[in-house]
Amino acid sequence: MLRLEVEDFLYREAALLDRWQLMEWTDLFTEDGEYQVPSTDLPPGAEPSSSLFLIYDDRFRLEQRAKRLTKRTAHAEFPPSKTRHTIFNVRVLEENGDDITVECAFVVYRAKREYLDIYPGMTEYRLVRGEDGFRIRRKRAVLDLDALRPQGKVSIIL
Amino acid sequence: MSMQVSSYDLIHEDRQKGIFRVNRQALTSDDVLALERERIFKRCWLYLGHASEVRKPGDFVTRKVMRRPIIFNRDKHGELRAFYNTCPHRGAQVCRERAGSAKSFQCAYHGWTFDNDGGLRGVPGRESYPKDFNANGMYDLPEVQRMESYCDFVFVNFDAGAESLEDYLGGAKDYLQLIALQSKVGMEVISGTQEYHARANWKLLLENSADGYHALTTHATYFDYLKERDGKAAVENNKGKSVFNKPFGQVIDLGNGHTVSESDGAIPWGRPIARFRPGMGEAAREAIEEVRRQLVDRLGEERARIVAEKDFNMLVFPNLAVLNIMAVTVRTFYPLAPDKMDVRAWALGPQDEAATLRDLRMRNFVEFLGPAGFATPDDVEMLELCQEGYQCQPGADWNDLSRGMLTEHEHAAKQDEMQMRNFWRRWRQMLASDDRVSFKIAS
Repeated sequence: MLRLEVEDFLYREAALLDRWQLMEWTDLFTEDGEYQVPSTDLPPGAEPSSSLFLIYDDRFRLEQRAKRLTKRTAHAEFPPSKTRHTIFNVRVLEENGDDITVECAFVVYRAKREYLDIYPGMTEYRLVRGEDGFRIRRKRAVLDLDALRPQGKVSIIL
Repeated sequence: MSMQVSSYDLIHEDRQKGIFRVNRQALTSDDVLALERERIFKRCWLYLGHASEVRKPGDFVTRKVMRRPIIFNRDKHGELRAFYNTCPHRGAQVCRERAGSAKSFQCAYHGWTFDNDGGLRGVPGRESYPKDFNANGMYDLPEVQRMESYCDFVFVNFDAGAESLEDYLGGAKDYLQLIALQSKVGMEVISGTQEYHARANWKLLLENSADGYHALTTHATYFDYLKERDGKAAVENNKGKSVFNKPFGQVIDLGNGHTVSESDGAIPWGRPIARFRPGMGEAAREAIEEVRRQLVDRLGEERARIVAEKDFNMLVFPNLAVLNIMAVTVRTFYPLAPDKMDVRAWALGPQDEAATLRDLRMRNFVEFLGPAGFATPDDVEMLELCQEGYQCQPGADWNDLSRGMLTEHEHAAKQDEMQMRNFWRRWRQMLASDDRVSFKIAS
C-alpha cells in the first residue's frame, strides 16, 4: 500500500512539472529540501559537495530555479517547452519511521522548436511523511546518459 | 552566385568607420569547417587535460581531441604521455574506459598488448612474424606528435614542427599562472565533467565565453536571483543601475589570437579564493578570510590581492576558455559539423582546499555555470537561435562585432567586442592561403 501512496505522490509531482506549476512543485519539498543532478560521468555515490554536479540546489535555490523558469527572460524555456514526465519501476527501498527512501526510473520527454530531447534516468527520493502527506527531503535524479548529447542542457526540472 | 573566396572576404573590417563584420558563411559552410580542420586544428596547441587528472604512475584518462581518441596518462616512469588510442595493428581503440589506472593496455581485437609507456609488449602468435619485428618501434602505441604543459595545463599539437607551447601561449601564460597561484600545493580537476552538445557553430561559444555585452539581457534571471540572494546593493549602484550597465574592466590582446577580458574587484559575486560576499553565508566568512591571509603570507599583499580580486575570462586560440569567475572552469568546444559542437567543462580547485570551501566552490560553480546552471542554458539557447538565423542566407549575411572598435587601441571594456575581433583576425590569418573555398556569398 505504501508504494501506491508513493506512486500517487510522484505522479502528482510529474503532473505539476508537465503543467509548469513550478511554484507548487517547490511546495512539495521540506524546508531543508534539496534537488540534485550529478554530472553524467560520475560514479554512483558521488556527492555534490566534492564533485561537479549539474544541479546542486538547496531549498532556496530550487525555489529560485522554479521562479526563474516561469519568467519570459529564462530564454531556454521561453516559450516553455512541452514536457512529459513518466515514472515507473517504483520501489520503496527503506521505511524508517516517517522517513522513506524510494527509487524509480524515469523518462522525461522535452519538445522545443524542432527537437525532441529525451532524458532517461533513475531518481532517488528521500521522502518524509507528514500530517498532510509526503514531502521531499531530497530528490536526486541520475541520468542514464554518457553525456548531454544531444540534449545539450537540462533547462527543465527532471 | 557561387564564387571562390578567401577568409579575408569573409570578414569586413573598416578601421576608419569602426565597422567589423563577419560573413555568416564562416559559421555555416562545410568548406570553411574543412579548412579549419586543416589550418587551425592541425596546427594549433589544443588543450588535452590537467596533470592532476593522472597523478600517479599508471593513471590514465581517455578523451577525444578534435575527434581523435587519445590516451592521456602517466607512464611507469612518472612521465606524462599522450598516445593515440588506436592499435598500430589494425586500428581498434586499445583503451575503452574513461579513466583508471593501468600498467598496460590490451587491444581487444587481436590481443596486442602495450606497456603504459607505449612499448609493444605482447603479440599473440609472435613466432609468425619476423624476428626483428618492431625492432624500430614502429608497432609501439603511436604517440601524439607533440605534448607540452604549462602550469599543469597539458596541451597537444598534431603538427610535429609547431612552435613550443610557451611561445604559442604568449601572454596567456600569465593568466594560467594566476590560476596555479591559487594553491600552494597545486590545483586539481575536480571529479565530474559537464559534457554536452550545442546545435551551433563552435566559434559562437568562443565569442560567448568572454562576451560582457550579453550579460544583462541573456542572464537577466541570474541578476534577479543575485538581487534576491544578496540584496540590491550587490548588483546595483546607488542609482538603481546595474553594475554591468556601464563599461568596466578591460580586454587585452595576449598575442597569437588569445585574449583576456578582465576586471578587478568590480564583480558582485564572491568565491572561495579569496573573496567573501555576504551571500555566501556568515559561516564562510572566517574560512575565506583565513585563505586570504595565507595568500598574503605566500604572495605578498599586492599579488594576493590580484589572485583574489581579479576575475577573468580568457580565450586561448582556438577553442579553450579559462574562466576565473565565481569558480574556475576550463572549457573546450570542438566542431562536429558547422552547426554542431561538442563541449566539455571541468572545475578546478586547490588540491588542499578545506571541505567546507570545496562545498562552497561547487555550489558557486553550478549556480551559474554548466548545462543546468542559471546562465549557461540561456547562452546555449542564444547560440542555437543565432545558428538558425544563419539559414537566412543569402538575404541576411553578416554578423556585426563593431562595439568599441574605434577606441579599442586606447581601451577596450569588457562589454566591447574586441575579444571577438581579436579571435577573428587570427582566424582569418590562419585560414588564408592560396586555397580558396567556394560557396555562395552575397555582397
